[in-house]
Formats: sequence, C-alpha cells, structure tokens
Amino acid sequence: MSIAGFEVEVERGTGLETEQMTLNMGPQHPSTHGVLRFVIKADGEVMRRAVPDVGYLHRSIEKISEKVGYHGFMPYTDRVDYVAAMFCNQGWGMVTEKLADIEVPKRGEYCRVIAAELNRIASHLLSVGTMILDIGAITPFFHSFREREKINDLLEELCGARLTYNYMRIGGVAWDLPPGYEEKVLGFLGQLEPMLDEFHDLVTENTLFRGRCSNVAAIPGEQAVAYNLVGPNLRASGVRYDVRRDEPYSVYPELEFDVPVGTGAAGSVGDSFDRYAVRIAEIKESMKILRQCFRQIPDGPVVAKVPRKLKPPEGDAQIRVESARGDMSWYAVSDGTEFPYRCKVRTGSFAAMSIIEDISPGLMLADLVTVIASLDIVAPEVDR
Amino acid sequence: MLQTFLDSLIADGTFGAIPRDVAYAIGMVAAGAAVVFGFVLNISGVTTFVERRVWARIQSRVGPNRVGPQGILQWLADGLKLLMKEEAIPYAADATLFKLAPFVVTIGFITAFVAIPFSSALIVADLNLGILYITSMTSLVVVGIMIAGWASNNKWALIGGIRAAAQIVSYEIPAALSIFTVILITGTLSTQGIIQQQGWGPWDWFIFHSPFTFIGFFVTFVALLAEGNRTPFDLPEAESELVAGFVTEYSGARYLFFFLVEWGNLYIIGAILVTLFLGGWQAPHITDSVVGMNILQALTFIVKSYLFVILMMWIRATLPRVRVDQLMTTCWKYLLPISFVNFMGTALWVMIWPQGFRFAEIVLTAMGFGLVGYFLYRVAFHLRRSGAQITLSPLS
Repeated sequence: MSIAGFEVEVERGTGLETEQMTLNMGPQHPSTHGVLRFVIKADGEVMRRAVPDVGYLHRSIEKISEKVGYHGFMPYTDRVDYVAAMFCNQGWGMVTEKLADIEVPKRGEYCRVIAAELNRIASHLLSVGTMILDIGAITPFFHSFREREKINDLLEELCGARLTYNYMRIGGVAWDLPPGYEEKVLGFLGQLEPMLDEFHDLVTENTLFRGRCSNVAAIPGEQAVAYNLVGPNLRASGVRYDVRRDEPYSVYPELEFDVPVGTGAAGSVGDSFDRYAVRIAEIKESMKILRQCFRQIPDGPVVAKVPRKLKPPEGDAQIRVESARGDMSWYAVSDGTEFPYRCKVRTGSFAAMSIIEDISPGLMLADLVTVIASLDIVAPEVDR
Repeated sequence: MLQTFLDSLIADGTFGAIPRDVAYAIGMVAAGAAVVFGFVLNISGVTTFVERRVWARIQSRVGPNRVGPQGILQWLADGLKLLMKEEAIPYAADATLFKLAPFVVTIGFITAFVAIPFSSALIVADLNLGILYITSMTSLVVVGIMIAGWASNNKWALIGGIRAAAQIVSYEIPAALSIFTVILITGTLSTQGIIQQQGWGPWDWFIFHSPFTFIGFFVTFVALLAEGNRTPFDLPEAESELVAGFVTEYSGARYLFFFLVEWGNLYIIGAILVTLFLGGWQAPHITDSVVGMNILQALTFIVKSYLFVILMMWIRATLPRVRVDQLMTTCWKYLLPISFVNFMGTALWVMIWPQGFRFAEIVLTAMGFGLVGYFLYRVAFHLRRSGAQITLSPLS
C-alpha cells in the first residue's frame, strides 16, 4: 500500500485524452469517522481506485502494555475502540485470566455481558446514525444519538464513565450492578423498541435511502471470508459466523439469541443496505440477551481474588471476543514478570479497511462515504 | 408609485436644483437600499434562525435560545461573528475571481427580488417579462458558484462547482417548461398579470386549473428545490462527501454571502411557487382602504411563501441526499418528459376551455385538500403510534 498513486496517469490513443484526478480524502474530512485517509483516483465522479492510508491514529497501545503491567493496562484498552470500550476491557480481562488461570465468578460474568451488550447497542446506534448522516439525512442521526445518550447514562451509573468505561477488572468487574439497575435497563429497552420502529419507518423504508444503499459495494461471502471481514460486515455477506455462538465464551452458552445475516432485502446480498439491516437486527438480539441476563443473573461476588502484583506463569494466550465490530482477538505473552512481554490486538476495522481498495473501482465518490460508514470503520481501532 | 412620490418631492423643492433624472436615480437607489436592507437580507437571516429552531424541534433538541428572547437575535450574532472573522484567501487561489464570486452570487439573488410582487402595489418593478426575469436572475447564482469552485483551486470546491453547474442547468429545463404551462394560461409573463388572473380562493388558483398544472406544480417544486441546492439535491455542498463543496475555502464575510444567498433563495422558491400556482397575494376584499388591502395582501403572500420555506426545512431535516447519477436520472428521465406532456396537455386544455373548466377545478381542489388531509392524518397516526409526547414549548 504505497502512496505511489500520486503520479498522473494519462490515457492516450483514443483521440480524447482524459486525465484521472487524484483526490486526497482525509485525514481531516467530515465523513472519515476520525482520521482516516484515502488517496482516490477519480474519473469525474467515478472512482477508479481508493487507496486507504492508515496510521494517523497510532498510539502504541500494545507497546504501552509492556510498561504498565496487567492491572494498569485496563484503562488503556478503553482507547483501542472508544466507541465500544467494554469489549476491549473484556478482551484484556479474558486473555489475562487465561494466562494466569483465574476463574471469574458467575455474577461477574453476567455483569460483563450486561455491560457489553448495552455497549453493543450503543455502538450499533452510533454506526447506523452516522451512516445515515453521511448519506445526507440529519434527523435520524439525532434520534439514534438520543437513545445512545440514555445508554451512556446507564453505563455512567454502572461505572462512572460515559465513553472510556474502565469497568472490568482482571477476574471480574469493578462494581456490582447499582440498586434498581434492572428496572432502569428494562425500562430503557421497553422504549427503545418503539423508537426502532420509528427509525424503521423513517429510514429503512425510505426510497432515497434504499436507492443510495442497495447494490452499492456488495461483498460476496467468499470475498468477505478471503479479506477476513468479521462481525456484522461478514454476517451481512450471508456468512453465519458469530464468536458468541461458534466459539462461546463467558456465559453466552446459557443465553439464547439468533445470529442475523444479510438477506439481500434491497438488492444483492452483502450490499450497504444489508450491513445496515444486520446492525438493526443485532440491536434487537442484544435486547433479547439483556432481558435473559437479568432473569438469570445469580447472587455472589463480582470479582475473583487476584493478587495486586499479578505475575502469570510463562506462556502465551489468545482469546476472541465478539466486539461490536466483530471478532476481536487478543494475544498476550507472559515472561513470568508483572509486565506482559507482548500484547497484540486484532480488530475488525483493520480488515474492513483493507477491502475498500478492492471494492472501490467503479463506485461513485458519494458511494465511498456510504461504504466507509456501512463497514463501520472506527479510526482508533484501525491503528490502535 | 415611487415616481408619483418623487414627483411630489421635486415639486416641494426637496431636491433643490438637482435635475429630475438625478433625483429619480437617487430615489431609486434609496428605495432599493431600503428593500435590500429592510427585507431581503433580513429574510435570509431570520430564515436561518427559523430553520435551526424547526430542525431542533424535529430532532428533539432545543435549538438556539440564548441571544434575545427565544434566541431570535441569534442570526444577527452569527452574522456579526462571521463579519469579524479573518477573510483568508488561499495562496494558490485566483484572488480576483475568488473575491468576485460572492458578489456575483449575491447580485443574482438580490436582483431577483425586483420582480417579486408582495401585493398589488408593493413591487419594485412590474416587468413585462417578470417571471422570466426571476428565473434568469436566479440562474446567475450558478455562475458565481462555478467561479467560486474554480477560483478556490481546491479539488473538492471544483467538484462542487461542476456538480452545481450540471445540476442547475439540467433542472432549469423542467422548471422553465412547467413555468410555461402557467404562461400558456395567462398569456403574460408579468408576475402581477399572472396573479391578477387568479382569485383568493383555492379553486381560482392555477394549481387547480387543470390536471396538468396540478402535476406541473410538483414538477416545478422539485426542479426549484434542485436549482436552489436544497436537500435532497444539495450535492454541490454535500458536507459528508465534498467537505463543504464550493465554499470549502471561503471564510468570514464572503462565506456569509454564500449562506445569505442560500437561505434567501428558499424564500424566492416559495415566492415563485406562490405567484405561479397558489394565487400570489390575492386576498378576500374585506376593506376598501387601499393601504389596508395592501397590508393584507402582503401578509397573505409572505405567509404562503414562508409555508414553503418551512416545508423545505422539513424536507431537509428528513430526507437523505441523492447520488449524482440518480439526480440526473430524475431530471432527464422523469421530470423532463412529464413537463413536456404537461406543456402539451395544458396547451390542449386552454384550446378547448379558454375560460377554464369549472368542474375540473372543483374536483382538483377537493383532491388537493383530500391529499393534505390524508397527509395530516398519517402524521397524526404515526405520532399516536410512536407514543411521542408533543409539546410546542421547547423547554418543557
């Protein structure tokens, strides 16, 4: 992936000489969701190629882990994906627990799942909201953010923070559910449902929205697997794979939920509309999971006894979490000291970023914005 | 009216030894300045405030409410802020053209007000090609946008300018053809002439004159939306795609001018539609006082036009943007054939019933009201179903 795309190509021999325009989209651009950069070769409004250029938000988070120790690294994981920080918390917690062989109490696991699923709803609401904003409609964005704000309130009550939660600890969670939390969450879910219906009327059935999304950048299942797409992007292409179901972790085996896949409702399977529809369907599944969690949550401690100076035995461990952006894999190596020897995160947005170059030829300039938004690329997650 | 007033002033000796022509010129400049500073510039500003408040209610927010009572002076504060900003000119830009563009745009916008009739007497000049003059003057805006896009020396601005040119030139055709359907009925291009042939009642409006004008009204509305760069056709400055389109490099007062024009254009779109199809300033004759009737007529006209401005705000808040290819398809494959058929149909209609066909007018009026009623019913249905709490006070 070079920036060699900057030289000018002139098509000769046809009598009509046309020159491709090289456009630089980003790092500061309203619809790149953070600091992404694309070098676009365009023929008028039609893109010939869009080369993603990553690395503008690299903060060496993985390296930081080697200096701050196992417990100290937890707040940093929030910054890996600040839209869905709970999953990063959970990933780091799980990989350390596997390294040090720590058992998380049942109630702690349920608290984790409740926090994570609330966060998933918030992340998907942000994703579909910004997607519609990028397509040009303003009101649905505010409606989805209004609901996300309520989740932020709920999570603030749970852990004191609205964005970078730092809620989970190695061996469990930091705090038990506050009193009356169940009623609050169930009350919120009760009014999220009519809001989703309203959203459906306003957006999903909108002809202009469908016109902008259907058949745009359809990714077939094989291509999605070949490019290692994960999460909702993979499922939108018709591949029914979800870490929560296929490699279950935490208490997900005790919970019942469906894995929605793209059906090509507005055109071909795996187009931008399917990616949108899958996220809406997943919000509903998360609501189902939350209701079950509150029915099944047992009493007991929420965090296991973990030594202050955690020194896992030598070795390595790798776990996977189904983040809002898909299969997030955490790998850590311990050398027996209180600092990890190496930590590595593999995130969904990075894979999604790499497929853009392949699907971009022939799309319109305006479609690139739809594609970035529908793949739900979050810049900090790309670079870490 | 202005002439008689100036004549009386000259007779009084107010102008002293100044020649008559110079006195006329001074009077016209003063009247023009009064119109521009008293109404034209303010309507753009107030529209920006109204739009922000209307959006806020739609988006369950409060909106600006700090400057003045209920934030009514917000637009003045915003304007002053922009005036005091530095006006940066990019190093590589064509400075002359870059400075020229906002003026071209503003001229195209302000001069259009010359032929807009606010009442039977309140019009700057009742030109005999009035409606043609308005459409050609508003088209001047695209020249300014093109200049802005080119002179900025920025690729995003250039794409915005080119998009604007393609869009406005394309949509000019269905808009003009639909306007001509009305001209076929009236036989005059004068805006006052068009309004005088309509009545104050909806059954006398040209929108309900024949099925063709009924469709023509919607074609005109869509085409004018596209010409005014409004959602769902706001591609030239599509924020999420082109950063800010042709205004990307502008700042300070020059930026202010572009926005002045954009929001002022909303009012012009409303005024054109009301003049052509919705009876203009025609109001029921309830008083014999000329001044009283003129005030009533002006209120009628402004309220009718402003209803369209609010409708356009609603559309902008709700709908997503179309893509360039969809934009062109809408124009060339749908609007253009429809407006041609309308044109021919109206010609036939006028040939068969030169005085209009009363039965069709009444049926169409009933249909129009039925449509509005059904629409309101649907809105009420959705509100009931969503269980939304509707309050008109933004702070509750």
